[in-house]
Amino acid sequence: MKTSMLSRIALASAAVAGALYLASPALAAEGTPQPHREKWTFAGPFGNFDQGQLQRGFKVYKEVCATCHSLSLVSFRNLAEPGGPGYSTAQVASLAASYTIQAGPNDKGEMFERPGLPADRFPSPFPNVQAATAANGGAYPPDLSVIAKARGYERGFPYFVWDVFAQYQEHGADYLHSLLTGYQNPPAEVKVPEGKHYNHYFPGGIIAMPKPLSDGQVEYTDGTPATVDQYARDVTAFLMWTAEPHLVARKRMGLQVMLFLLIFAGLVYFTKKRVWSRLEH
Amino acid sequence: MAGHSTYTPQSALARWFESRLPIIGLVHGSFVAYPVPRNLNYLWTFGGILSLMLGVQIITGIVLAMHYTPHTTLAFTSVEHIMRDVNYGWLIRYLHANGASMFFIAVYIHMFRGMYYGSYKAPREILWILGVVIFLLMMATAFMGYVLPWGQMSFWGATVITNLFGAIPVVGDTIVTLLWGGYSVDNPTLNRFFSLHYLLPFMIAGVVVLHVWALHVTGQNNPTGVEVKSPQDTVAFTPYATLKDAVGMAFFLIFYAWFVFYVPNYLGHADNYIPANPSVTPAHIVPEWYFLPFYAILRAIPSKLGGVLAMFGAIAVLFILPWLDTSRVKSARYRPLFRQFFWIFAAVCVLLGWLGAKPAEGGYVIMSRLATAYYFLHFLVILPLLGLIEKPKALPNSITESVLGAATKPAAAVAAPEKR
Repeated sequence: MKTSMLSRIALASAAVAGALYLASPALAAEGTPQPHREKWTFAGPFGNFDQGQLQRGFKVYKEVCATCHSLSLVSFRNLAEPGGPGYSTAQVASLAASYTIQAGPNDKGEMFERPGLPADRFPSPFPNVQAATAANGGAYPPDLSVIAKARGYERGFPYFVWDVFAQYQEHGADYLHSLLTGYQNPPAEVKVPEGKHYNHYFPGGIIAMPKPLSDGQVEYTDGTPATVDQYARDVTAFLMWTAEPHLVARKRMGLQVMLFLLIFAGLVYFTKKRVWSRLEH
Repeated sequence: MAGHSTYTPQSALARWFESRLPIIGLVHGSFVAYPVPRNLNYLWTFGGILSLMLGVQIITGIVLAMHYTPHTTLAFTSVEHIMRDVNYGWLIRYLHANGASMFFIAVYIHMFRGMYYGSYKAPREILWILGVVIFLLMMATAFMGYVLPWGQMSFWGATVITNLFGAIPVVGDTIVTLLWGGYSVDNPTLNRFFSLHYLLPFMIAGVVVLHVWALHVTGQNNPTGVEVKSPQDTVAFTPYATLKDAVGMAFFLIFYAWFVFYVPNYLGHADNYIPANPSVTPAHIVPEWYFLPFYAILRAIPSKLGGVLAMFGAIAVLFILPWLDTSRVKSARYRPLFRQFFWIFAAVCVLLGWLGAKPAEGGYVIMSRLATAYYFLHFLVILPLLGLIEKPKALPNSITESVLGAATKPAAAVAAPEKR
């Protein structure tokens, strides 16, 4: 009975798989290539952020991205929290103090400026969305706080099934890396409007953001090569951390929970087996 | 429910209490002495798993509500506040968001188990119908819950689905205005959805009580579909069913934890990490995975009203399923033809789910129409006909015979097994 039921499940899934397979290549052509799969230290069940990489990524963000993009959900104090770039509280305090924060109103009802505190969030480069849009040729540079989770790409059948088992969750990171390194000359048939740019990996290919990174643009002091690819990699890791600041704690707890549950489930199973052995079956 | 109780109070206090409110006897009769068929397989543990998930969702949901702000300008950031600044907020939110998916995985297995073994047939029609009511309430709850983070998919999903009600003749527009609390999806919508999202789970819990009550009146169906005929056909709920349920729950929790800790956003949509923006429509508006088969049916019909009717019809047909299936044999084990059609139907449902995630264009539309037609064909034509033409296999005389073989004399086989 069991084998025939299993074979039927297999048959049914094979039928579905067949139908999906036949349907996908014919119907799913969109033109935008899939991002490259990269190796990330934060991937997989034992994933961890590389502190050096996060610090370099933060430098790229601060010197390049922050000119236009806000990071409004992240506070300076986060930079010193466990599982992050690993700055000391003193470093964070002096970093925060280097920013000027609009505060107020004070007792006289006036807004005033003061040096930043670790509890402050990163100030945005523009006062509001409209100002940011107007200053950037009509395209709003999106907030980067959760951008690594807010972007992705379609994996298609059967890869999306496999991804559950392989724990592939880095769609956003792979996309960001490919996007940042994907600026190139447009193919002959593509007409790029004035003030826009061509990026192979951006859906539709026409992107408002000019090529943000070039070799040697940001100075690295730890001997890491100062290349576009490396910048893209580092800033992507940093943005993954801003999107998921408790990622390391989550994966560590996951391992503990899994070990506990496996032992617990095993014990319950053998208890059940023992009790049921009183019955004839 | 208390009919099976063999509970006799031991202490004077318990006697005093029991003679005033016999609740210990009620619980004892329902969850300890209650006889269950001895041949239930692991598919029968999903009822317990669903109760567990309801509990998890209510507890995590109550904690989330302590930190969440139902306002269009604050909802998105308050969810991010939970993810970043609330102690273990990331854990509670991921448990809740993935818990909804786990709830639906469990309910779909539970429903397909009921269909495979004919659990909806007499005398369990009311039990089945109560289950479909729970399913509907779950869908409403999950839909409103997905709106609360106020991301792009929240907003546009809410817009698409609430607009559907506008297709209803005469009262459609009034219903939509009531759902919105205004003339578009906006802050009043978010507020009422939050209120209802908090209310509905408790309504689910109420219907679950009725569902379990009905179950305990008729007793459980079992893989043979042959009713319990003698005490030898059953075992006591505790320890036998409780332990088997516990095994099912423990393994289900492993599956659940895998998603929560390792792929917490796999079942969600990246666009919902973009704050809601009424002036930017996402490229593809896709509901949560558990609605995809119904979404595919909705879009398969070229008229709006037709699509809405088909979508609700796809659920409504479940209510009359007990009367559409004309076969008196319950279990698919003894129905060779039905068993094949059951698996075809299951495959079509999966196919509909996949089509629901694809854009409504070209070949996908044609496939959606074929699959939708088959969905209704299964219920309205195949099931009624099968009962008339199918020749079922010979049923065992009793549950005990199916477990121990015909040679064994049931009465002598297991006398009071729990005493050994």
